[in-house]
Amino acid sequence: MSQTLTAVDLTVDGLGYRVDGIDLLQGASLHLRAGTVTGLLGPNGSGKSTMLRLVVGALPASAGTIAVTEDGTSIDLASMRRRERARRMALVEQDTHAEVPLLVRDVVALGRIPHERRFASAVEGEAIVADAIERAGVSALADRSFDTLSGGERQRVQLARALAQQPRVLLLDEPTNHLDLAAQLDMVRLLREVADTGVAVLVALHDLAQAAQTCDEVVVLRSGEVAAVGDPHEVLSPALLAQVWRVRGEWVTGTHGRALVVSPL
Amino acid sequence: MTSRLDTPTTTAQPSARRRLPVPWLGIGLVLLLVSILLAIVIGPASVAGPAPITPFDVLGSAWHHLSTWLAERGLPVTASENPLSLVRDGIIWQGRAPRALAAVLVGAGLALCGVVLQAATRNPLADPYLLGISSGAALGAVAVLILGIAVPLPIAAFVGAVLALLATLALAGIGGRLTANRAVLAGVAVGQAAAAGVSFIIFSTAQGDSYRDILGWLMGTFGAASWSSVLIALVALVVLGGILLGFSRTLDAFAFGDTAATALGVDVPRTRWLLLILSALLTGAMVSVSGAIGFVGLTVPHVVRLLLGPERSGNAALARTSAAVGGIFLLWADTVARTVFTPLEVPVGVLTALLGAPVFALLLLRSRRRGES
Repeated sequence: MSQTLTAVDLTVDGLGYRVDGIDLLQGASLHLRAGTVTGLLGPNGSGKSTMLRLVVGALPASAGTIAVTEDGTSIDLASMRRRERARRMALVEQDTHAEVPLLVRDVVALGRIPHERRFASAVEGEAIVADAIERAGVSALADRSFDTLSGGERQRVQLARALAQQPRVLLLDEPTNHLDLAAQLDMVRLLREVADTGVAVLVALHDLAQAAQTCDEVVVLRSGEVAAVGDPHEVLSPALLAQVWRVRGEWVTGTHGRALVVSPL
Repeated sequence: MTSRLDTPTTTAQPSARRRLPVPWLGIGLVLLLVSILLAIVIGPASVAGPAPITPFDVLGSAWHHLSTWLAERGLPVTASENPLSLVRDGIIWQGRAPRALAAVLVGAGLALCGVVLQAATRNPLADPYLLGISSGAALGAVAVLILGIAVPLPIAAFVGAVLALLATLALAGIGGRLTANRAVLAGVAVGQAAAAGVSFIIFSTAQGDSYRDILGWLMGTFGAASWSSVLIALVALVVLGGILLGFSRTLDAFAFGDTAATALGVDVPRTRWLLLILSALLTGAMVSVSGAIGFVGLTVPHVVRLLLGPERSGNAALARTSAAVGGIFLLWADTVARTVFTPLEVPVGVLTALLGAPVFALLLLRSRRRGES
C-alpha cells in the first residue's frame, strides 16, 4: 500500500547543534533521495545520533535548515506542524530499555498516532498495523508483552512501529546493534525492501563492510562535521579510515562480497 | 498472515482472542450503583432507632422525593409516601448520600490523575500529589483554619494547590525544557517547603480542637462533604477528566521516551505542561473537597494495570478503569473509616494508606519476580 504514496527527498543544509558552547554538529549537509539507502557513518561521538534527532525534530537545530521535497515543492520542516512531520518521517532509536507492558501489536499501533484524529482514544488503521507487523517479521511476537522481548526482538518491533507510521523518510540509529549475524543480514535486506517502496532511508551503522554492501551512498561524520559523502566503495578508502577512525583498513574481496580487515595504525 | 522470519504456525490466528465482548461498562455501572446504595445504608443504626435502614427504604425515599418534585411541576405523577422518618431522611440525603458520591468522584479523579501523571512523567511512582499539590492545599487550609483568614476552606485549599503548582512549574522550567525528571524534582522541593510551612504554623499557633481539623486536612476526610462538595468534584471530574481522557493516545506515545514521542508528532514539552496543569487543577479541586487522601492515585493505576494485563494497558482503557476502581475503592474505604471505629471516625486517608502500603509492597514483590529492575 505504501507504493502509492508520493516520493519525498530530504535535504539537510548547514545543520548545526550547539550545546553548552560545544558544537556537537556543525555545517552538516546531506541529501537523501527517495528509494535509496544512505548510510550515516562515523566513530562514537561523531554526531550520528545528534544528526538523526535533529532531523526528526527531537532536538532544536542551532543552525541550518532541513527541508523535504515532494512533488517538486520544497517545504522547510521548521514551518511544518509536528504531526505533519511525523506523517512523513519515522525514527527507530538505538536502544529501548523502556519496560513497557504493552502487547507488541499495540506498540506497533503507536505508529498510527500522527495519522489519527486528535483526541482519538482507539487505534485507527488496524490493517496498516497488521501489514507493518508482517513486513518487519514480528508476527510471531504480536501477542507478547513488549517488556518480555530480547534486545533484537525489540529492535524489530521498533522498526514495525516506524513502518506503521508510513514514513516517506525512515531514520534508523544502529538498527543492527543487538542482532545476531543472520538477523543483521535480514535487517539490512528489510531496509532495502523499504527503500524499494520509494522511501528515503538514512541509517546510522558501525559495521563499515555492511554499510558498503547495503548503502547506495554514505555520509561520514567526524567530530560533528561531514568528512566525506559518496559511493561507499569510493569513500571508504584506507586513507579515510586512517583519518576518521584511526585504524589501518584493508578491503578484501571474497566470493560473496567485500570484507574489511582492520588493524591498529 | 505469514512472516518472513522464524514464524511458528501457532501464531496464525489473528487477534481473535483480544477484546472479548464482556460488557465491562455495564458491569462497572451496576457495581458502582450497588456500592453507593449499600454504602448509604451502612451505618450505626442506633442514631435513629434500632431498626436498620434497608436499601429499599432508600430507593423508596428517593422515589418519594423525585415524585414529589415531579408532581409539584404539574406532571402526572402521584407523590408517594416517604418510608423514612424525618431524622433518617436527613441522615441519608444531607449526610450519607452526598458523602458517598463525593467519595466516588474524588476517588475517580485521583486515580485518573495518577494514570495521567505516571504516563506523562514516565515515573511509576508519580501520584496526584507529585507536584507539591497536596502540601500546597494543606498549607492553604491550615492557614485559614489557624490564622482565621476569612476565606472558605475549600477555596483556600484550592488556591494553595494552584500556588504550589505554579511554584513547581516555575522551578522546573527555569533555564531549560520541562523534562519529566525536572518536574518531579521541583515538585518534591515545593512539597517539602509547603509541608515545612504547615508544620511551622501548627507548631507556633495551633491549640485544642484545631489539631483534629488539621489532621482531617492532612490525611483527608469526607466528614464535611455536602452537595456543594459533590458539585465541585463532579464538575472538575467531568470537565478536566474529560479533557485528560482525550489525551490517552498522546500518553501512549510517551511510553518510549521524549524522542520517540516527538517522532510520533507530539510536541512533548508543551503537552507535558498542559497535562501537568490539567491534572494539578483536577487534584486541587479534589483536595479542596476532601483534603489530601494518599495512595489512591499512586496504587489504583498499578493494581488496574495488573488486572487488565498487557492486553489492555493502553492509557485509554487504563484511565477509564482506574477511575471506576478508584471511585468504588474510596467509597468503601470511607464507609469503613466512618463505621468501624464508631463513635470515632478515622480520617479516610489513614485507611487508604494502611491498605495502600501493603498493596504497593505486593506489587513491588511481583515486579521483582518478573525480573524487572
